[in-house]
Amino acid sequence: MTSFIEFRDISKQFPGVQALNEVSFGVQEGSVHGLVGENGAGKSTLLKILSGAHPPSSGSVLLNGQEVAFSSPRDALDAGIAVIYQELNLVPDMSVAENLLLGHMPQQRGFINRDKLLRTARDMLDYLTESIDPNVKIRRLPIAQRQMIEIGKALLHNAKVIAFDEPTSSLSGMETEQLFKIIEGLRADGCAIIYVSHRLNEIFEVCDALTVFRDGRLIETFDRMGSVTHDMVVSRMVGRSIQDIYGYRPRNTGEIVLDVQAVTGPGVSEPASFSVRKGEILGFFGLVGAGRSELMRILYGVQKASAGRVLLNGKQVVIDSPEKALNVGIALCPEDRKLEGIIPVRDVKENINITVRKQFVRAGFFLNKARERANAADFIAKLQIKTPSMEQLAGNLSGGNQQKIILARNLSIKTTVIILDEPTRGIDVGTKSEIYRLIYSLGEMGMAVVVVSSELPEIIGISDRIIVMSKGRIVAEVPRDQANEEDILHHALAGHGNGESDKGEAK
Amino acid sequence: MKSNTLEAAGQRTISVGRLFSRLWENSGMIVVYVVLFVLLSIFVPYFFTWRNMIALALSISMLGMVACTMLFCLASGHFDLSVSSIVALSGVVAGVVINGTGSVILGIFAGILAGGVFGLLNGVIIAKAHINALITTLAMMHIARGFAYIVSGGQAMSIGNTKFFGLGNGIFLGVPSPIWITIACFAVFAVLINYTTYGRNTLAIGGNIEAARLAGINVDRIKIIIFSAQGLMAGFAGVILASRMTSGQPMSAQGFELNVISSCVLGGVSLTGGIAPIHGAIVGVLIMGTVQDAMSLLNIPTFYQYVVRGVILLIAVMIDQIKQHRSGKPT
Repeated sequence: MTSFIEFRDISKQFPGVQALNEVSFGVQEGSVHGLVGENGAGKSTLLKILSGAHPPSSGSVLLNGQEVAFSSPRDALDAGIAVIYQELNLVPDMSVAENLLLGHMPQQRGFINRDKLLRTARDMLDYLTESIDPNVKIRRLPIAQRQMIEIGKALLHNAKVIAFDEPTSSLSGMETEQLFKIIEGLRADGCAIIYVSHRLNEIFEVCDALTVFRDGRLIETFDRMGSVTHDMVVSRMVGRSIQDIYGYRPRNTGEIVLDVQAVTGPGVSEPASFSVRKGEILGFFGLVGAGRSELMRILYGVQKASAGRVLLNGKQVVIDSPEKALNVGIALCPEDRKLEGIIPVRDVKENINITVRKQFVRAGFFLNKARERANAADFIAKLQIKTPSMEQLAGNLSGGNQQKIILARNLSIKTTVIILDEPTRGIDVGTKSEIYRLIYSLGEMGMAVVVVSSELPEIIGISDRIIVMSKGRIVAEVPRDQANEEDILHHALAGHGNGESDKGEAK
Repeated sequence: MKSNTLEAAGQRTISVGRLFSRLWENSGMIVVYVVLFVLLSIFVPYFFTWRNMIALALSISMLGMVACTMLFCLASGHFDLSVSSIVALSGVVAGVVINGTGSVILGIFAGILAGGVFGLLNGVIIAKAHINALITTLAMMHIARGFAYIVSGGQAMSIGNTKFFGLGNGIFLGVPSPIWITIACFAVFAVLINYTTYGRNTLAIGGNIEAARLAGINVDRIKIIIFSAQGLMAGFAGVILASRMTSGQPMSAQGFELNVISSCVLGGVSLTGGIAPIHGAIVGVLIMGTVQDAMSLLNIPTFYQYVVRGVILLIAVMIDQIKQHRSGKPT
């Protein structure tokens, strides 16, 4: 059987980087083809070539046997190829309907035909089984629903080839199931689907075939998933076999360091109380919109608490800005790396030193460039940040390496409490276990660590104790030895029984 | 700054070609300026003479001074449109105070301070009330211009005290004082942007304001400092202008704000923030001034000069766009 879309000897060079090296494989109609590989393995570059965002340095793309060369994403879309990226391309201040039909709004005598616009949008939302008002602005939707809108956009273009780049990284379990149903529908309709994910469970659940990348090379393509095992895939991804990616290390914990008492604020509707001990790793689990990130943002001074108090080492602290939080010793690695973490146009060195540099300055004002370089070099080595040099722009690095930069930024200063919000979102297996090991070593160094994640196996795998949130309140606290997926999910779903009617509320 | 991958490549194998391409990627406009300067020296009579060089430098001194602080504004991802009106206002204020009190020092301080007050207002409104910088400074442009007319009664006001003229017309080592002042400003601000937390934090804010805030940078305070410094600098430039013209003129410096912004952009300063090399601002100001000077020497009518200026700006940003596109970005 011939492939509907085929990559033939694709290579791509960027200045100083060979992103793809002679990659060839094909995807058939009515099948889902998974792409896996560590960060920087070349998956994203391949998608960029498919979408027409970058031309290949050599090699060709064949659509239905015909060689095609797209000069822009628009070209590719017109040919029926849609790529849905991790960072969504939606206009936040336009409505759901307008976003769905952006660039193709139905017209009547030069004016937009609003009835038809809404009708088309509603039909598409029904198909996606989303109960969203098409008139609501994108800004008011949670990320998970925005992703659905992005998928709807591709479908409205009658795309025959649809590529998903980490589609579930911001989806909750239920939403992931919903996405899989849609993907199954697309497969039944004869679409060729490319599915990029770091989550192997999903790959095994949804894919018919699989290609593994490493360092810009195609390592192996499995045409059939039947005999493929997790271990086979992982060993090809990292070039070695990983037994247990969590590798939990027990630690001794000390006295209570952070004591949060009855705090409420935006997104945290009921008084939240919890405490963390020295050396402890406390996991926070909940579905998207449960209020975990919101609670952390209050503790970090991004949002103002409306009630409650916070004790650090037994003394009350008032934190009304991130600057204050860092001064008293609370650090946060934010949930959204792209939006809130990395400064893409500045280099790695500056991104690492941004917080610590005021401790290095001379005469209260002048940068100590030598110490900054030394600090950056130190963390690049310690955290194994993969970058050609410390002068590389942070925006050019892969997600895992960007996450390490943010970790380095927060570890450069002296902290007693470190909050990691979704520390492994969109990060490959190999880097994930590196980050887990780092988290344990933070605990061993005596820090109190708070990890927020929507990946349940991860939370159970690494936490000493787990707090579950649902709808803006803390609903359960589970010690490690009693943690199992079923119970925790049950807690997290508490209060979510009454249907989906309130899913569209602003985050 | 966009070409760090190339730079890294360049460090491994130093060949003449690589070296040139590295120079081009990093400082393309400097190369353009050098070529332009050589060509003009050869083909335009009287261009490459001491007298013309001094005239050229003098003509861009005010542009250069205000470009220093505008660089910080742009680096943080903002604009300031009020500088032109502040220049006029502070010149007028200096004139009123000097004529009223007879003290030159007091007049100079009053002029600079007037600029600082408006800059501070800009900063506070932008940082604390979260009003868009474009709108805030547009409003302040009108307000400051209005005050310039009110304070002066709508007339150019002659300044009586001749000691004041020394500030803008003094000569040191054969070079007029405004040129020295401009050079000093560039030196100070080059140090500020490259070697201080203030400069680096400004770039971080322009690069990703949320990330900067979460990294513990006091974003509001830095914004206020940036706009206050811009106001003080525009005030200083206005006082020098008044000294050179021996009067405070409320209608002076119309359209000056766009010249300053154009110069910076011409040199490769990003309008979206985060990328602001000081050499870019310098070379942008030089290109602006040099082209203007050459056109005057060639007796090109004023109307055509506007067209040429616009075309040059367009070409410059297009070159920059092509360069960015070619250097590409791996993901």
